[in-house]
Amino acid sequence: MKKEKGNLKERIFSYLCILPGFLGVLVFFVVPFIIVVYYSTINNPILHEYVGLTNYKALVQNTAFKQAAWNSAYFSLISVPLSIVLSIILALMLERSIPYKSALRTFFLSPLMVPTASVVIVWQVLFHNHGTINQICEMFGGNGVDWIKSPHGQIIIVAMFLWKNLGYNMILFMSALAGVPKDILEVADLEGAGKLYQFFRIKLRYLSPTIVFVLILSIINSFKVFREVYLLTGDHPVSKMYMLQHFMNNTFKSLDYQKLSAAAVLFAIVMIAVLAVILTVDRIFGKDLED
Amino acid sequence: MNKKTKEKTLNTIVFIFAVAAALLFLMPTVLTLVNSFMTTSEIKANYGALLGNTAENRETFVSKNINLKFIPDKVTFDQYKSVLFRSPDYLLKFWNSVILTVPITLFQVVVAILSSYGFSRHPSKPKGIIFFVYVILMIMPYQVTLVPNYLVADKFGLLDTRWSIILPGIFSPFSVYLISKVMRRIPISYVEAAKLDGATEFQILTKIYVPLCKSAIVSVTMLVFIDYWNMVEQPLIMLKDTSLHPLSVFLSQINAGDVGLAFAVGVVYMVPTVLMFLYGEDDLVEGITYAGGIKG
Repeated sequence: MKKEKGNLKERIFSYLCILPGFLGVLVFFVVPFIIVVYYSTINNPILHEYVGLTNYKALVQNTAFKQAAWNSAYFSLISVPLSIVLSIILALMLERSIPYKSALRTFFLSPLMVPTASVVIVWQVLFHNHGTINQICEMFGGNGVDWIKSPHGQIIIVAMFLWKNLGYNMILFMSALAGVPKDILEVADLEGAGKLYQFFRIKLRYLSPTIVFVLILSIINSFKVFREVYLLTGDHPVSKMYMLQHFMNNTFKSLDYQKLSAAAVLFAIVMIAVLAVILTVDRIFGKDLED
Repeated sequence: MNKKTKEKTLNTIVFIFAVAAALLFLMPTVLTLVNSFMTTSEIKANYGALLGNTAENRETFVSKNINLKFIPDKVTFDQYKSVLFRSPDYLLKFWNSVILTVPITLFQVVVAILSSYGFSRHPSKPKGIIFFVYVILMIMPYQVTLVPNYLVADKFGLLDTRWSIILPGIFSPFSVYLISKVMRRIPISYVEAAKLDGATEFQILTKIYVPLCKSAIVSVTMLVFIDYWNMVEQPLIMLKDTSLHPLSVFLSQINAGDVGLAFAVGVVYMVPTVLMFLYGEDDLVEGITYAGGIKG
């Protein structure tokens, strides 16, 4: 991009624009986070003795933390790939010449703008022990399960997550699909390449930057699923649905600053590591697309 | 079968699948809406079992099964009347949601417009570093950010006040990220032309940058609004005083008591965001599309 020439006054103005936001970020996030890192390495808020990694060791040996971390990770591992695959399928469906495309797009996107709290009662009706899904199961001779109060609850949470987020991802994939050069597809058609070949060998390559973006976005969103769990089951879910946020809430209640700080720092490190791995993998495999 | 008819059959199959999927997507919202017009007694008869253990004695009256109903026996506005006129609790919680979400959305977007303008004009190394900090912050889930937020709120005595949620919300960097992505694409020649006409820096921001980013700004406003309208994590930690809780938290407790009202409350709660969606869908889609462009 062409570099802008500018006088000092303009530069100062541009920094002044950043200033209010930056001050807020410093005060509410960066500086207290540094204090959080400090808290995670001392024994207690009164003595302030440096104890190294003791708090972290205690944390990773904590059963509740292990359970919460595993449940959250498990949820992300299931729901994130599912949401990518399903939203690509939705986008491919809307790419074809079918009627009512824009209405369908609206319908798929609509859950994004419907508050989860508004519809949580419907999910409860569907998945209640004597609810709709179980009645359907029993109609076909199966046995119902108490979805919300059993380990199967994870399925409801995954369904709610997909319901909410697929539309957003679909929009991203639709715009990426629109960006696939038509001439390449025409040549592939002429040379007799099948639709599957065209998808995996051509379209998927053009989708890959979007897949990376959606992957990162979905990981972030998957940690917000506590909302759904909380609305569905309240403060005390079955152990399978005990998420990291539940653990944080309980630790906040006991005001154990050392445990809280260690958990926040550890989680931050994990998130940065995950992001770094995704971007590195993308750099290695995405190389041939750059030019 | 020749290629054209094959294509046509395939399109029909895809269309049927798409419609089926769309119905699934719409179902929770539509069911909430339709059920909100039932009489309270009809709801209790059909969904009474949801009350579960909290109303053991009532289970003798109502059917043990939950019957999902699509069409009410009798259409009434009873639920709405109760929600709007007879249960001040819901209106109060609705107001709590408004008073938390509106300032956060408004100020976050204003701060973000200013910041994005600053980031996109005269790029420099320090700005790059600050922006990188924002991106790192953006990927941090609440489980990380709530701890520093809590420390600050505690230090300044903001705990148990709305400020403990509003202030960190205003400076959340998500909208900076999205808006600066769009602002960076504005060609510098526009700025130079405006300068030749004697525009000040502030005018360049308000007369060129903001109008050109209109859909991104509308989109971000909607996304931020719905995110905070949905909030659960922050109030649970920051507000011990449950009378300050927004409706998004309060609705989780509703099933224990007023199943008869839950649908109408749900509908009332979705009105603002659904209206936004109907009004701004195209901007929303455009904004999402911009944000997804990796090389921006």
